[in-house]
Amino acid sequence: MKVDTLIASALCGFARLLTGVRATWRDSAPEPRPRVYYANHRSHVDFLLIWASLPPPLRRLTRPVAGADYWLTTPLKRYLINRVFRGLCIDRRPERHGPNPVTQMGEALAAGESLILFPEGTRNLGDALLPFKSGLHHLARAHPEAELIPVWIENLGRVMPKGTVVPVPLLCALTFGPAVTPQPDESRDAFLARARDALLALAPPAD
Amino acid sequence: MNATHDLIAVFGGIFGLLAAFSAIGAGLKWRVSPAAPHAVIDNLNARIKAWWAMIVLIGAAIWIGKGGVIALFAFISFQCLREFISLTHTRIGDHRALLWVFFVFLPLQYWLIAIDWYGLFSILIPVYAFLLLPISASLGADTTRFLERAAKVQWGLMICVYCLSHVPALLTLQIDGYAGRNMLLIVFLVLTVQSSDVFQYVWGKLIGRHKVSPAISPSKTVEGLVGGVLTSTAVGAALWWITPFEPLEAGLIALIINVLGFFGGFVLSAIKRDRGVKDWGALIEGHGGMLDRVDSISFSAPIFFHLVRYGWA
Repeated sequence: MKVDTLIASALCGFARLLTGVRATWRDSAPEPRPRVYYANHRSHVDFLLIWASLPPPLRRLTRPVAGADYWLTTPLKRYLINRVFRGLCIDRRPERHGPNPVTQMGEALAAGESLILFPEGTRNLGDALLPFKSGLHHLARAHPEAELIPVWIENLGRVMPKGTVVPVPLLCALTFGPAVTPQPDESRDAFLARARDALLALAPPAD
Repeated sequence: MNATHDLIAVFGGIFGLLAAFSAIGAGLKWRVSPAAPHAVIDNLNARIKAWWAMIVLIGAAIWIGKGGVIALFAFISFQCLREFISLTHTRIGDHRALLWVFFVFLPLQYWLIAIDWYGLFSILIPVYAFLLLPISASLGADTTRFLERAAKVQWGLMICVYCLSHVPALLTLQIDGYAGRNMLLIVFLVLTVQSSDVFQYVWGKLIGRHKVSPAISPSKTVEGLVGGVLTSTAVGAALWWITPFEPLEAGLIALIINVLGFFGGFVLSAIKRDRGVKDWGALIEGHGGMLDRVDSISFSAPIFFHLVRYGWA
């Protein structure tokens, strides 16, 4: 347990040093309550930056939601995601046999924990934002006690684009936005579009 | 006179001034708003605190010697470059070119100062980086806004690395009757130009009425500009005894580098404005990013270097 925490702090420190990450909270604040931080997804280490930007007491209560098909493939990745990051591994395949991901995530929220989620479902290699998967909507409906906080991650996709080995030491910025709540009579698609717009609103103006 | 002796005198003076400013800042805070935050005074105190850190850092680098100064400016270049490129539009196809910029051209430029190879130092970035970086970017096979991307990377490299590297390069100049005192040229340049920034801020806050160009910078005023440049020109002239210049020459050179320094801040403000940001970063409390602090040095250093090289070396 001790070693795992130490490795976690070291990795957070390294990520902060490499990216000089700066977190801005816009109309929300770091609070110890069940939350779903949902963000744009450009690289495998996106969640690490969000995690590193949270105050340490919150960090211990916040679990990244990770794809089992990537994170459970080697012993090292397994160790990192299970022990160091305390990630919640979900099976993204439609033909899965295991537990339902939304149920898994709901259990964590019910236990008072927070989640880091990438509703695009996969890493986005282009610009802007892919359409959201429906999991965010199911989760919001099933757990109205959890706040949905959009987090825009700027520049990390340029630090280490897909297929490259050496990172460019650019500065990254994180913007945490105000909570998004589903309206009673809102359809699934309308809610997902609104959640997506709330995240896009945090992005710096395109040039 | 002995260079160490002069350095101690100059740094002693700066420390004395900073101590006085810190006392004034603390006094103002105590008199005006001891409990509640006060935007102007808190910003002033944050700036003074940051000045302590910056002066101590420069002093330590000078105390270490040539290696320390080269390392300090290489680090400043590195930080400026990451601030600049972070706010610049690049694409995945530029990744390899950016690796060259950060991990080859930046260290190489400073290494050339260390080994005193002036010929290559003066053309490495304007010629070799200029030709090699677009080749590297073109291999990324992405033509979207290609010229714009290539131009921006080159521009960042020029401002953040090439121009700034002329500060430690002052150590390589051979000046008759000035041997072993080149460190004082760096002190003269940095002190004059930075004091110009400070005095422009002070004069602007005190009597600033007419904006130089509201479209580019909301905080720069004509009164601040004139007062700041003239005051720090006087500072430069008063520092003639640490330079190889006569008092009048020192004042004239101070005027030139102060005007250039002003336009350095002005040009980089235009870029910030275009990108919709106020500061390049948040590294130094009260000042913004590293590039916000050294933009004036970046524009004045090469000209100062050439003036000294052709006039005195």
